[in-house]
Amino acid sequence: MNFETVVGLEVHVELKTDSKIMSPSHAHFGAEPNMNIHVIDLAYPGVLPVMNELAVDFGMKAAMALNCEIAPITNFDRKHYFYPDNPKAYQISQDDRPIGANGWVEIEVDGKKKKIRIERVHLEEDAGKLTHTDEGHSLVDLNRQGVPLIEIVTEADVRSPEEAYAFLEKLKAIIQYTGVSDVRMEEGSLRCDANISIRPFGQEEFGTKTELKNLNSFNFVRRGIAYEVDRQVDVLLSGGTIEQQTRRYDEATGKTLLMRVKGPANDYRFIPEPDLTDIHIDEAWIERVRAEIPELPDARKERYINDLDLPAYDAMVLTLTKDMSDFFEATVTAGADAKLASNWLMGEVSAYLNAEAKELDATALTPEGLASMIKLITDGTISSKIAKKVFKELIDNGGDAADIVKEKGLVQISDEGTLRTIVTEILDANEQSIEDFKNGKERAVGFLVGQIMKATKGQANPPLVNKILLEEIAKR
Amino acid sequence: MTQLTIDEVKRHAGLARIAMTDAEAEMFAEQLEDMIGFSNKLQEVDTEQVATMTHPLPLYNVLRKDIPTDALDREEMLKSVKEHEDGQIKVPTIL
Repeated sequence: MNFETVVGLEVHVELKTDSKIMSPSHAHFGAEPNMNIHVIDLAYPGVLPVMNELAVDFGMKAAMALNCEIAPITNFDRKHYFYPDNPKAYQISQDDRPIGANGWVEIEVDGKKKKIRIERVHLEEDAGKLTHTDEGHSLVDLNRQGVPLIEIVTEADVRSPEEAYAFLEKLKAIIQYTGVSDVRMEEGSLRCDANISIRPFGQEEFGTKTELKNLNSFNFVRRGIAYEVDRQVDVLLSGGTIEQQTRRYDEATGKTLLMRVKGPANDYRFIPEPDLTDIHIDEAWIERVRAEIPELPDARKERYINDLDLPAYDAMVLTLTKDMSDFFEATVTAGADAKLASNWLMGEVSAYLNAEAKELDATALTPEGLASMIKLITDGTISSKIAKKVFKELIDNGGDAADIVKEKGLVQISDEGTLRTIVTEILDANEQSIEDFKNGKERAVGFLVGQIMKATKGQANPPLVNKILLEEIAKR
Repeated sequence: MTQLTIDEVKRHAGLARIAMTDAEAEMFAEQLEDMIGFSNKLQEVDTEQVATMTHPLPLYNVLRKDIPTDALDREEMLKSVKEHEDGQIKVPTIL
């Protein structure tokens, strides 16, 4: 029997506010344990939470960027659970009136475009962090308690691990462009759970789903879903039934392991949060926030293809992160040819960033610097080969390409007279190669060009060298 | 009228982590029955034209600016916990 994969994703994104969602404590990542805390976060008796306006703005902004409708009236609810990561014994979240609903994200897999519907986007507070020790106790750090989160819930529209990967990559890019989050999975500012089920092709009813947790990279999401689908197929084909479970992805083995069986006791006893007021969102508020949403990746991609004549692949790669895309645009604005700028950013620059494990803004390279180098290539002042030397200098130490070329004497030799003298000298010293070439050995030319490049420290203009070389050989 | 069983009362007590004897559960069952009766009375009112209300006060959009201020001193906080280690609160592991 053939089964269809059905996946819904739940993504938590931490919002980049300075203070927490309901307390005035600092909210930044990386502080010493329990230094970013406030009496509200720890639920001391008599405290009163007050909603952070910027967190609401950010939630709206993300929801709108995901094509959601914004609720005219939204409120907060208490979701009760007992766990040491939250001293209140309830999480302030949103139940039946989320800030955003009915959105979508368009993805592309194997050249096919598809919309993944977003069921809802709601605001809530993050919980503290528990570190389990081997000695039977856990250590609680409440810095993260109360950091603003949005939870993004998709409809069960995802049909393959690849679609899940494409969705997450697109979602991450969109959120990053809006600037409401760092969306760094390694720092926990983006987290993903997957609800996975299978059903025979053609069947409308969904199968029993399992929830997959501990997915710490997009690759693990992809592999975890693939493994879980295979596991469910095996269970069904061997006559078993799927149990509603929460499972954990194990990075070491690539398998999914049982965490707990979900019972009917999963009752969070939601009640409206009496300590926070409703939020009324009018058109003016929506329009103010909408005006702050920058051009999003898809719009940029289209513009690169239509206005800058970039291939679709280049446009896609360049718009994956806002940093790269912004850098590309600034380079073009500084006068660089768009395709060359794209080639350098996708090629040498990306290779450098990967090798050094660095972010673009941690290098000395500036858009103006890169543009200055590309202009020198375009006008023939330097060859691509020389450009690599200039590039190394630009990305290590910064500066302007023209200055570097002058300082290091890297200007391309394009003067015919100078080159002809050098070519003549090389030919005089290599008569055997001329003989070989005349006897049909094409490779002899390559050897001669190599000698000329060596003599000019790679600065000779290659097309011109070829032309003069053939002319001079013909004379002999 | 809804018939609230002792088991139901105990289930809800369990969800709220409240320990309860059978006698207490019986007493609360009666009291809760009364409360449910009051809300059932309210159900009779036609609320077709009334907007959803989640808060008794006619207040909305009580918001604050995103400005971090006074933190709670960690050492002060740790004085009120049973056990701590390296600035963190120590609790029994619950998985």
